[in-house]
Amino acid sequence: MSAIFKDHDLGRRIKINWWTSRVAIYSALIIWAVICLFPIYWTLTTSFKLAPDVMRGNMVPWWDFTPRWKGWESIGFSPRLIGEVSTVREEFLKRFWNSAIVSISSSFLAVVLGSLAAYGLSRFSYRFGFMRNSDISFFFLSQMILPPVVLALPFLVLYKSLALLDTRIGLILLYTLMVLPIVIWIMRDQFQGIPIELEEAALVDGLGIWGAFIQIVLPIALPGMVAAFILSLVLCWNEYFFAALLTATNATTLPVMVASQTGSQGINWWSMAALSSAAILPLVIVAIFLEKYIIKGMAAGAVK
Amino acid sequence: MMIEGDLLHTVTADNISARRRRLGRLLVWSTALFGLALALWQAAHEAGRLAYGFDTWRPVLYAYMLWATALCISQVVVNGEKGKRTLFVLPAALFVISLVVFPLLFALYISFNDWNLASPGGPRPNGLANLREMWHDGFYWNALKNMVYYVLAVSVEYIIAFALALLLNAQIRARKFFRVVFLLPLMLSPVAVSWMIGKSMLEIRFGPISRLLRDFGFEPSFFGSPEIARFMIMAMDAWTFIPFMMIMLLAGLQALPSEIIEASKVDGATGWQRFKEVIFPLMLPVSVTAIVIRIIFKLKLADIIINVTSGGPGGATDSVTSFIFREYRDRSNVGYGTLLAMVYLILIIIFVTALLKLVNRWMERPA
Repeated sequence: MSAIFKDHDLGRRIKINWWTSRVAIYSALIIWAVICLFPIYWTLTTSFKLAPDVMRGNMVPWWDFTPRWKGWESIGFSPRLIGEVSTVREEFLKRFWNSAIVSISSSFLAVVLGSLAAYGLSRFSYRFGFMRNSDISFFFLSQMILPPVVLALPFLVLYKSLALLDTRIGLILLYTLMVLPIVIWIMRDQFQGIPIELEEAALVDGLGIWGAFIQIVLPIALPGMVAAFILSLVLCWNEYFFAALLTATNATTLPVMVASQTGSQGINWWSMAALSSAAILPLVIVAIFLEKYIIKGMAAGAVK
Repeated sequence: MMIEGDLLHTVTADNISARRRRLGRLLVWSTALFGLALALWQAAHEAGRLAYGFDTWRPVLYAYMLWATALCISQVVVNGEKGKRTLFVLPAALFVISLVVFPLLFALYISFNDWNLASPGGPRPNGLANLREMWHDGFYWNALKNMVYYVLAVSVEYIIAFALALLLNAQIRARKFFRVVFLLPLMLSPVAVSWMIGKSMLEIRFGPISRLLRDFGFEPSFFGSPEIARFMIMAMDAWTFIPFMMIMLLAGLQALPSEIIEASKVDGATGWQRFKEVIFPLMLPVSVTAIVIRIIFKLKLADIIINVTSGGPGGATDSVTSFIFREYRDRSNVGYGTLLAMVYLILIIIFVTALLKLVNRWMERPA
């Protein structure tokens, strides 16, 4: 019994153990946090640097270099240029809107199509020819392993003959296809978590199956749908491969713009840093404020 | 995969008149014939047999969409309540089939053609010549070999992700802050990452990491030798995707029944024993899901490679996707490139199926 007293040997040893484990845990956490944050910090600060600052390896703003707007001026954002007409800014905004429109509409389309399919598969038993529910689910989910390269060329030819090359609609269709399996995966899990008695009660009360779905199930499943939407948004916003092959001037998205600058401009660091920061900033903000949904979406399929 | 049996049972008495059925069928067949006629007309116009036609195939696409809509509507018209149930799955199924199956068939056709976009004239069938060319193409086999390395790197990512998930699951302060920070790399586009890290932080002269290494007395060279270059690509890819596995594993850890862990504590298990004997076995299903999905994503790896090394030095960092991307982009050699892509698809299907079979057998075995 004496072991619980603080000045006893055993008690002291437990205390030391506790402290060492604390120190180890927090130092590991902080080290990894630095690994995660430093590239973002580096990019953000570099966008305010001039060439000599980069060459001298200055890191801390106001301490060893004075922040300048030069990098942001190259995409038309700075206190000086903000009131004026700027072609570079228009160029950037055009790409930005392309990215935004394409990723938002394809995520929306994928969530609508995917939720319907996931609900159907989790509630009714189907039979299309030899395919039963599990086969249909497998068919949808197996699209996940389809590598983009396989579809790239057929779509290039197909879009050329449909005049969809270099259009946003073309990209939207492809991106929807790309995230659809993930949405179905998340939503099926969500719908399976909703007790079936709710719909049975709704059906008894005189709603049709679509009425029960829209009025009863959808509001409950909404957080899951938001999670699926945001996850799709992230994937679509960052997609590069199809955008690089299927767009040229009109429908180019931000990743393509970033990639096209890296080759041509040498070490025009400040402008590249500003462009990269502007490209990643929207999603960083999404991550900070909607982190809950992102984690919910990714956790959905993991834990059965 | 599916929990059969726990389904919503609806009993409906449908009295659908023969006239209604006929109407529904008429709807589908008329739109289908219309689309088909339009397609034939356009094909004839394209071949030069008909003077009048459209500039593009877009009207045929609209006709196809009309047919798809008619098919959906007719489900309800012909089958009543049963059709309403079908309507949940049908749109997604039609969407996927029309965007995957047709292009895949087309790709299969192209892959046995000699077709260079740069040269005049369309595809020319050349039998198995592409396949023979592939057999002797060292770069393609090299890219496949690299994919093996890249997939093996997942195991290291898994260990780091598991460690991070354990850390986040421990009794710590500011957990939300750390969770958001650890999640951030996943949000960044691989293209931005390849500039931020690959081209600026790893820049030989001024990059902060090169500077740090030089301070320690090493001469930095990140993309000079094949092994280091490959490792750098792996590290960058891991940096973006570790949060993905970490979140899945964290969700698994949080779903563990706390009684079992408490019980093991009472029984006097040390921390390491607790992890090895209790937590890790319980986490196996989640781990397997996370690893399989990560491998599937890894097989698509391309963006970072295209933007940082474009396959160099000497193809040491090439993934299959980036190799075919250059085949399309720089050489416009689409017939051959498509064959490579199709072969890759077949290899992936075999690999993933085998993996899933193996995992299933292994998981079913009583522990």
